[in-house]
Amino acid sequence: MFGHAQRRSSNGFGRRKHLTILKKTPIIALIGNPNSGKSSLFNQLTGLRQKVGNFPSVTVEKKSGPLMLEGQTEATVVDLPGLYSLYPKALDERVVIDILANPHHEDYPDVVVVVADASNLKRNLLLFTQVADLGLPVVLALNMLDVAEDKNLQINAVKLAMKLGVAVVRINARVGEGLDNLKKAIVQTLEKPKNLQKYYFDPAEQFPGLIDEVKKGSQLSNNYLALHYVQQHDIFSFLSPEKRVGFDKLIEKHDFKESGFQAAETMHRYAVIDGLVKESVKTTDNFLVKPLWTQRLDNILLHPFWGYAVFFLVLLTIFQAVFTLASYPMDMIDAGIASFNDWLKETLPPGLVTDLLTDGLVAGIGGVVIFIPQIAFLFLLVALLEESGYMARVMVIMDKLMRRFGLNGKSVVPLISGVACAVPAIMSARSIGNRKERLLTILVTPLMSCSARLPIFTILIALVVPATPVLGFFTLQGLTLMGLYLLGLLSALLSAWVIKGWVANTEKGYFVMEMPTYKVPRWYHVGLAVWDSVKSFVTEAGKIIVAISIILWVLATYGPGDSIEKAEEQVKQEKPMLQGTELDNAIAAQKLENSYAGHFGKFIEPAIAPLGYDWKIGIALLASFAAREVFVGTMSTIYSIGSEADEDNGTIKARMRAEINPKTGKPMYTPALAFSLLIFYVFAMMCMSTIATVYRETHGWKWPLIQLAYMTVLAYGLAFLTYQLLR
Amino acid sequence: MKTIADLKIGERAFVKEFQQVDLSLKLLEMGCLPGSEVMLDFIAPLGDPLGIQVNGYCLAMRKEEAATVLVEESI
Repeated sequence: MFGHAQRRSSNGFGRRKHLTILKKTPIIALIGNPNSGKSSLFNQLTGLRQKVGNFPSVTVEKKSGPLMLEGQTEATVVDLPGLYSLYPKALDERVVIDILANPHHEDYPDVVVVVADASNLKRNLLLFTQVADLGLPVVLALNMLDVAEDKNLQINAVKLAMKLGVAVVRINARVGEGLDNLKKAIVQTLEKPKNLQKYYFDPAEQFPGLIDEVKKGSQLSNNYLALHYVQQHDIFSFLSPEKRVGFDKLIEKHDFKESGFQAAETMHRYAVIDGLVKESVKTTDNFLVKPLWTQRLDNILLHPFWGYAVFFLVLLTIFQAVFTLASYPMDMIDAGIASFNDWLKETLPPGLVTDLLTDGLVAGIGGVVIFIPQIAFLFLLVALLEESGYMARVMVIMDKLMRRFGLNGKSVVPLISGVACAVPAIMSARSIGNRKERLLTILVTPLMSCSARLPIFTILIALVVPATPVLGFFTLQGLTLMGLYLLGLLSALLSAWVIKGWVANTEKGYFVMEMPTYKVPRWYHVGLAVWDSVKSFVTEAGKIIVAISIILWVLATYGPGDSIEKAEEQVKQEKPMLQGTELDNAIAAQKLENSYAGHFGKFIEPAIAPLGYDWKIGIALLASFAAREVFVGTMSTIYSIGSEADEDNGTIKARMRAEINPKTGKPMYTPALAFSLLIFYVFAMMCMSTIATVYRETHGWKWPLIQLAYMTVLAYGLAFLTYQLLR
Repeated sequence: MKTIADLKIGERAFVKEFQQVDLSLKLLEMGCLPGSEVMLDFIAPLGDPLGIQVNGYCLAMRKEEAATVLVEESI
């Protein structure tokens, strides 16, 4: 149907000269199918020198790192999102063609390394032929040859290289074999890009007029690139809207059928690949049989009973690790920060700057650092599940259940990750192809109780729930905590079920996914994944929390006019009997009441009184609106301000317990109030970072605002009910 | 017409035709082409999704998706 036309020697953008670019930093892009070992290769090439960032103007995670070539030249390796073809099927994949079609993009590669899973060679070569047809200098890295041999596939790399006309390198990305040869091939390709190949697929065979017009109109010389302008101009960020409309007109003029042509292209490529592979691959085995161990494990993990039993055990292990194991390092961090703060207070001269540093900054940073163990444990386990290939099985066994609620089997990952932090959880929803299911997942994920809620839960539960043993190994406190997490999960599922009726499904998306074979995880790769997520949590969440801590400190330290200065006289006049520490505390309390924060609290008191809260809790609510983890810190500031005692939880707890409700004369923290607060925090969307992430992921304010509204209504309504019923 | 969704576990068939254009683009790229031999590999515990062996690997899809792929016993 399509013949091979001679390919032009360059893609016609006036490509940068390779010899000169070698002296600068050439860009090497890694591209390949999901599960092809591309990320392993990237880790082997860059290790701890890798950086995680975003591709310019899109929020797709970009991993890059330096690579030394031949001693003196340094290149930059960029890891592009895994994909099966240059026609993107998921959001993250769009960035690949947007880069490869735009030589002015800062990540436009000088050499593309296509990483191919040799045990699925034909499918992996589809992407290779597409990249090669774009006229980019290519090296083919054949990975997973050991798996191919287990399948009785024997691949002759030399014959394949001759057929393809590019360097073909055998590598083992898991253990790092063949990297030197790969580097050599990269250098050779940088110095002498081979451009003598014919097109594997030439769109000008069928649509010479259309391709010609596009090439003239956009100054291109590559036929296949011109085809991508026609097929994908809508997602090319570098094209102006007028240009895009121009392509639509061309499509109409030439009566070009986009989907039909794309299907014909894929089938043509597979036909060509069949011919290429025939001489270089030998196979004796039946093609439709799974590897033995994968088959054995699937028999258990996809079993109607054992499948769910194992998944339940895995979940239990995750919770146990996140809450029990993580508590040891967390206690150490907590104690370390408290003593550091005390040391600062003793060492530095007393004054405003010291107060800002200790009560504002160090306390704020401490609030971020304390979550690191939980986040690390959670991402360690999630990374293990993904590396091993088990996560794909979880998605399969959960899909039908989740669909009843309008979600997707792939929603399991965001929901589980949401127990640590909603921000990376919401971003991981990108793998869900169906737009509606992805949106619902994003909307309900913040209902999963994240680690920032944990300190609030523990302190309030400890205040009002006794540690009575239940059934020997549980305590009433532990069961209450578990109940709150289950409440979060149930309300996430129910909310999705309610919202699904109101969301239109505008785009088709598919569940179709590759089930990878099981692999023993590599600790090095898992470790790097954990390191990356912890690092991004600390920098992203850290910025916000530190900023709020400082603002809060300022609002609680200053007040309108001279109200703060007057606080001392005021107290001495009203309560002349007080002396010593009690006097200091009373003055500090009065100062807080007179501060801007105090005024805020008083202002919203009427609105929160039906939930049982006073103005002090009001301050904490307001402060924690941007990030809930601020709540406990604020409470400790409010209740321990002015006192020299250390500020560990025990003290806050004791102070909260001693707090008297001025109206009733009884303790402030009754079970009704504590449960009202607990319920409030289960449902309230108190996290600026999450709102910002939802805004970015849904491209607008509509959904984050709807989410904020429905969660606030739930939080207020249910906290109100709780307080009124328990009072 | 028989579709992938009608296969029994272990049963083999050849892909004949796709009834859904967008889904066919995805399946074609994954190497599930007209004429490819497929074998039903597993059905998830609740009857859906299912997995097929095709082109040397395992591909999972929902039942409603599988029902848009027509198959026949022999080419």
